[in-house]
Amino acid sequence: MSAIPADPNVTAVSATPRTETNYLNADWSIKSWLLTGDHKRIGILYLVTVSFFFFLGSIAAGLIRYELTAPAGFILESETYNKVFSAHGIIMVFLFLIVAIPAILGNFLLPLMIGARDMAFPRLNLLSWYLFMIGGACIMGGMINGGVDSGWTFYVPYSSMYANSNVTMVLTGIFIAGFSSITTGINFIVTTHKMRAPGMTWFRLPLMVWALYATGVVIILGTPVVAVTLLCIIFERVFHLPIFSAELGGDPVLFQHLFWFYSHPAVYIMILPAFGVQSELIANFARKRVFGYHLIAFSTLAIAGLGFLVWGHHMFISSESMYQGVVFSLISFLVAIPSAIKVFNWTATLYKGNIRLQTPMIYALGFIGLFTIGGLTGLFLGCLGTDVHLTNTYFIVAHFHYVMVGGAVTAFLGGLHYWWPKMTGRLYPESIAKWNAVLVFIGFNLTFFPQFIVGFMGMPRRYHYYYFAPEFQPYHIMSTLGSTVLALSFIIPGLYLTRSLTKGAKASANPWGAHGLEWETSSPPPTSNFLQIPVVLDEVYDFDPVTEHEQDKAAQALEVPSYLSNEAKSIESEKEKR
Amino acid sequence: MAAIASDHGHGHRHDEALHHQFEDIEQQNDSYIVGMWTFLVTEVMFFGALFLIYTLYRSMYQMDFFLAHEALNVQMGMINTFVLLFSSFTVAMSVRYAQLQKKWGVLSMLAITQVCAGAFMVVKYFEYQEKFGHHLYPGPGFGSHPEYLHGATPNFAQLYFGLYFGMTGLHGLHVVIGMIVIGYLMAKWWRNSPMVTKDYIPTELVGLYWHFVDLVWIFLFPLMYLMPKP
Repeated sequence: MSAIPADPNVTAVSATPRTETNYLNADWSIKSWLLTGDHKRIGILYLVTVSFFFFLGSIAAGLIRYELTAPAGFILESETYNKVFSAHGIIMVFLFLIVAIPAILGNFLLPLMIGARDMAFPRLNLLSWYLFMIGGACIMGGMINGGVDSGWTFYVPYSSMYANSNVTMVLTGIFIAGFSSITTGINFIVTTHKMRAPGMTWFRLPLMVWALYATGVVIILGTPVVAVTLLCIIFERVFHLPIFSAELGGDPVLFQHLFWFYSHPAVYIMILPAFGVQSELIANFARKRVFGYHLIAFSTLAIAGLGFLVWGHHMFISSESMYQGVVFSLISFLVAIPSAIKVFNWTATLYKGNIRLQTPMIYALGFIGLFTIGGLTGLFLGCLGTDVHLTNTYFIVAHFHYVMVGGAVTAFLGGLHYWWPKMTGRLYPESIAKWNAVLVFIGFNLTFFPQFIVGFMGMPRRYHYYYFAPEFQPYHIMSTLGSTVLALSFIIPGLYLTRSLTKGAKASANPWGAHGLEWETSSPPPTSNFLQIPVVLDEVYDFDPVTEHEQDKAAQALEVPSYLSNEAKSIESEKEKR
Repeated sequence: MAAIASDHGHGHRHDEALHHQFEDIEQQNDSYIVGMWTFLVTEVMFFGALFLIYTLYRSMYQMDFFLAHEALNVQMGMINTFVLLFSSFTVAMSVRYAQLQKKWGVLSMLAITQVCAGAFMVVKYFEYQEKFGHHLYPGPGFGSHPEYLHGATPNFAQLYFGLYFGMTGLHGLHVVIGMIVIGYLMAKWWRNSPMVTKDYIPTELVGLYWHFVDLVWIFLFPLMYLMPKP
């Protein structure tokens, strides 16, 4: 079926040109894209728009970094700087991180992974994209119209009494985008419950599905709360309904409680799907059954549950009582347990695995390191005593970037590369992609590790100058240098992935030799996903160590990686016959 | 993963009420019901946050909330409560008729529900108008006629009325959305759409939403209108 390709950058080619219709070439009209109910097309729509927002958010990040290279500021006024970091936070959180993995990869993969024809509610799914676009347009409109300077957290009274009028427009945008999130969450939950193929029991589900399910639960419990909280600010600004007005006896700290009741779990909306991607990558590139499947699945649910009980650790210094702080601190430490279970299980999966250092695996290995640093520094911040010293410094900025960028973005890139052949039917150039994955790791650490040090030394966040402490400058220069490398390493995949759409070699149904229902249909899949709904007989990670070993030896004999060899294919197909 | 192609599944695909992504009508109905209840969970969280704010402020300013609440018209609230309870009954009846596939039964029951919902909004309009007339809407002119504050501290009374207008306003918005959805459902029944006539679940889902809207009012009414003296 497949031939050994002459170009070593190409992982596999299909010898026979495909002529069958798939979801991409079924209909080329723009109308068919804008009115589609197909979860795969909606995933692609999200990919295009979310990439655009990521680009805008990155520009804001770049401005912040260049401003900070000089102790007295550089290019931005104080007020402009406030607007730029608010724009960076708002775009990256609400229009990139919360949407990226669930709405792009999750939408595309969930029905494929459980053997369904589509999401349970395709039209609701399309509505979610439109809501996202309307919300995004409102947010961008508010920013172009003058921006907001309240930070992405919209604390009252910064966002109510003392803010410029664009807060209303941006908040309306976030409110609408929140409903996009809710509809996606409802779709994930119902699809996972009711659309699984025959034989696809809960404990045969890929761990990505567990992660998406838990994400759905967090979305539906958290998002409505922040929606109504932000609505209260809109009420206050537009209809003069006082809810959090301190001057009338209202409680501004109550806003922070309600905001973090969502926004802490929102961190798990960003990172849980990343955990899911990570489990898929580690198992498929270590060619081994994932270690402790049940524990990973349950730890996903545990994180989703505990995530709702820890919001107070964002508020240790905002008039929270000490006893409250102690309880929140203690529960925050508990979150470390399921997170650590995952990290240990991924590491244990690698042990004696048949590791293939392909691009997605490089991202996955990077993820383990970066997430561990991000998670452990989270414990410093969850600890009352150290938090008082570290809060509102660059230490916390570095911490959440290690989790959000080092975790979620790395996993997103790894997942995007891994499923790219499935999404587009094309292969990306492997060697550039590999070097780029290393570049992401280097650029990321260069950007954010110095921020831990400078934050520990006392550099406050949200300041655009530090003339009071010029000794911080070397760290800021290092960080800016790193951000330049990081920017480059985000542009490069954008270029080669786009190029591969037309120039890339055609992908076979399963170019990685990976396990999972999504790899059993053609690449790209037909509109109805499967010609016939599959019946599942075994759990997804049923790698057979003996077969894997034989395959490896056969590949060594041929001196090409095993996933390319004909022998490997025949062993694979024999195994499937058994 | 070991998997074989299934040879069952498309047996019911010619069912008119069945969407393409489902294998059979049971799967579709189960999905609808789980989806609706999941949506109602989000609604509970949505209103839950407001009830939390209310609880907190009422416990902080018990006496002022009690005095401010005396400005509300209990008779009107009571009428609205009975109107909504009755509309819940008619919606339940319409679901029963949908199960029996009796088109005119469903349509007449939903029509009565629409009348009740409209009556609720009309009463609401007069209530709001009265509050505006008494200068009880939060903002610059609030409390310029102190006799309507019944002795409550104006600032804290403003918090109370902020919550009153915010919560009952959002509830009213839900009633209006419910009227639109019920209107859409009635149009489907009117045109004998197989989506509703062959399958009672869509009617039941609209009914669930309507019961939820009523339930919010069942909490709002005593909390806003029927406070004991602290």
